[in-house]
Amino acid sequence: MKPPVFDYVAPRSVRETVDALGDPGRTAAVIAGGQSLLLEMHLWRRRPDLVVDVNRVAGLDGLGVDGGSLRVGALVRHAAFEAPQAVPGPLGTLFQQAVTNIAHPPIRARGTLVGSLAWAHPASEWCAVALALDADLTLRDSDGARQVPARDYFQGPHRTARRPRELITSVRFPLLSDDTGVAFIEHRRTHFCFATVAVSATLTVRDGVITGSRIGLVNASDRPVRALAAEQSLLGAEIADDLYHRAGRAAAEQDAAPVAEPFADPGYKRQAVAVLVGRALRRAAADQRSRAAGRTEGLR
Amino acid sequence: MKITLTVNATDYPLDVEPRRILADVLREDCRLTGTHLGCEHGVCGACTVLVDGEAVRSCLMLAVQCDGRSVRTVEGLAGADGGPHPLQRAFSAEHALQCGFCTPGFLMLAAGALDADPDLAEHPERVDSLVGSNLCRCTGYAPIRRAILRAAEEQQRLDLQA
Ligand SMILES: Cc1cc2nc3c(=O)[nH]c(=O)nc-3n(C[C@H](O)[C@H](O)[C@H](O)COP(=O)(O)OP(=O)(O)OC[C@H]3O[C@@H](n4cnc5c(N)ncnc54)[C@H](O)[C@@H]3O)c2cc1C
Ligand code: FES
Ligand code: FES
Repeated sequence: MKPPVFDYVAPRSVRETVDALGDPGRTAAVIAGGQSLLLEMHLWRRRPDLVVDVNRVAGLDGLGVDGGSLRVGALVRHAAFEAPQAVPGPLGTLFQQAVTNIAHPPIRARGTLVGSLAWAHPASEWCAVALALDADLTLRDSDGARQVPARDYFQGPHRTARRPRELITSVRFPLLSDDTGVAFIEHRRTHFCFATVAVSATLTVRDGVITGSRIGLVNASDRPVRALAAEQSLLGAEIADDLYHRAGRAAAEQDAAPVAEPFADPGYKRQAVAVLVGRALRRAAADQRSRAAGRTEGLR
Repeated sequence: MKITLTVNATDYPLDVEPRRILADVLREDCRLTGTHLGCEHGVCGACTVLVDGEAVRSCLMLAVQCDGRSVRTVEGLAGADGGPHPLQRAFSAEHALQCGFCTPGFLMLAAGALDADPDLAEHPERVDSLVGSNLCRCTGYAPIRRAILRAAEEQQRLDLQA
């Protein structure tokens, strides 16, 4: 099918954008990459009266570090994170591993990270990474801006704390320290599918003891999940291989709340969570070791 | 809405409804039917064209979004003398098409990558991930992959001579 009739505006500034979104007489939709919205409009699942195209808005395409965090503007495309230098330190490695699982190059050239957070698909890689790392979203309407932490933002499949008249202008991720190892692992049926289950993991180790871990689960519930029980099982423990297996079981049994899908019933997804969390942590530990070895190398 | 699309270096002043996707406007208003539509879901890649040099799905872009931008379609691949593009010759040499429905999409996907990545010939793994972007139901991917690598190698030889 083709999308039904709508009006279209392409504002040049954030001010004009939020004014257009605030029009009380109309159902408005922001279009960023359009890689989810247009599909929904083709299927008539979304029928906005007004499409507000932010692609010509100045200043939304910023990607950069300030203070201890990475700021990602609303127009930063998925593809930006494929380059290893795009984001410094372990966070850059995690982003690079995550992004290659999102669709394929022509979709990644248009789709945006912020658009993924706005869309809030339960199988979105970025949503789980944002939740696990405590990202902070900036939302703006014609009355001003507010910050919403990721833990308060995701409320269900395609349901978030964003109000209809708000534009998400950017999101901030805390940078990861050098004693942190990372891994992102995804399981899916074919190259073209969304994740059956995926796991984003970080592991911070000081003097052989785990001092921090952030674990995000993709498609393990009706929304992204932070695997707090699995993280708890690791904190304060000395690095050891059987820890990862136990954390995987905790994630599967206590953190995940899988929803049945064709080809993946909840039992299967729990098993996949257990295996992938264990594997991701083992890989994050190896990444942490090689970073530490690199640092010693650098000192010589 | 009045817009101007620059398609294959020709300006098309058009009056289009915002609801119309780029692929339909290319096919029906510009009469360039080389761009095909398979799924209209972003999945198959038959509709792939270059917008400002970047390979995108023309089923997931509105024509009005391309006002003032430059679009390249399969009709724009041939050289100034009308001869086939190196990619088109490579596709022929490697038997990289059968029914040809997917071919314009694969050609534009590869054309975008060749322009952006002069070292493509040395990175077959990049060609693999590229080829995974589009669907071909009859030829299979191995000949398409070989064709893209062949064109990339030819381009690299020409670059070295230049
Ligand atoms: C074939 C295919 C495969 C895909 N595979 C994956 C995959 O494996 N993993 C994955 O995560 N995604 C996948 N996607 C979706 C893709 O990543 C989208 O790019 C992403 O979900 C949405 O980003 P966008 O910029 O395209 O948003 P749009 O489509 O423009 O918008 C999506 C929604 O978010 C809203 N929105 C967008 N930006 C803002 C903003 N700044 N402020 C407020 N609201 C906003 C829109 O109004 C709309 O409701 C796939 C898409 C396709 C077509
Ligand atoms: S028609 Fe556009 S991707 Fe299939
Ligand atoms: S040649 Fe027939 S689909 Fe590819």
